[in-house]
Amino acid sequence: MTPATWPCPLPAGGAAREYALVFDRGRQHRLLILPALFDESNRLRRFTVEVMRRLDAAGIDGFLPDLPGCNESLQPLEQQDTTDWTDAATAAARHFDATHALGIRGGCLFTPAGLPVWHYAPAKASSILRQMMRARILSAREAGREETRELLAEMAVVSGIELSGYPIGADFFRHFEKMAPDPRATVIAQDALGGSGLWTRAEPDENSAQADALAAIVIAGIAR
Amino acid sequence: MSDDTDQLLRRILTDVLGLKPGQADGFDADTGLFGHLPELDSMAVAGLLTELEDRLEIVIEDDEIDGEMLETFGGLLAFAEAKRAEA
Repeated sequence: MTPATWPCPLPAGGAAREYALVFDRGRQHRLLILPALFDESNRLRRFTVEVMRRLDAAGIDGFLPDLPGCNESLQPLEQQDTTDWTDAATAAARHFDATHALGIRGGCLFTPAGLPVWHYAPAKASSILRQMMRARILSAREAGREETRELLAEMAVVSGIELSGYPIGADFFRHFEKMAPDPRATVIAQDALGGSGLWTRAEPDENSAQADALAAIVIAGIAR
Repeated sequence: MSDDTDQLLRRILTDVLGLKPGQADGFDADTGLFGHLPELDSMAVAGLLTELEDRLEIVIEDDEIDGEMLETFGGLLAFAEAKRAEA
């Protein structure tokens, strides 16, 4: 497993280097993984890398790029639009010469077109936002302030909004809330892994049996 | 229908809190939740409520969420049972 960088297109032209975690031995099968988003990305990162280790052992290269504004990226999150992330995923797929793609939760919303794609426990954008808005309403209430979903949504589409510590731009919010995963992808439901999804955990956790199960499904799918 | 709410709720708390199997069996009505368990911050509570909605097939409005219902296992169970009864 090594850190790598790749050229991610900037909206105004040119490119910025973004980071990716890669298992690259120049093999025939090369899987691009679009990570879970926002808070879920932290809770699923170790799990995601554990899946990559298993794929590596089975002879499959893996690439886990940062979307601009996420993880180690130096780009400001509040200036991202959803199209920037779609373009980033496409550029990463091209740069790493991906032959297949796997989306994790919210990452399923940005898997590139034109490749065989799996979606693990795909999340609708509206569900992701709903939960983050709820967390904000709860923490405001704890602090003695009353916020409503309606007012927050009105504010978000005009001036952007901070949700769970993530500054989300107005354009991103407007475009993101309508997004749903591509129905052409092969869905891997949580039931297929056994147990409950690690994104539901209050604290980051790991589960080697679930990592084994997800890797086995992807390995079998790629071999087909 | 409300008979299995207790078991489902213990299962959901086990998953969200990453408890060991059987640990949630020891919860009683007075077991403290929000404000008592450091891992249950607002993001975790939001996640817990989403799991409740998905697995109990209920819809929870924001204005129904208050400190009392989240404070103890008994409070959350009473809320979940009432929501399922009206569903």
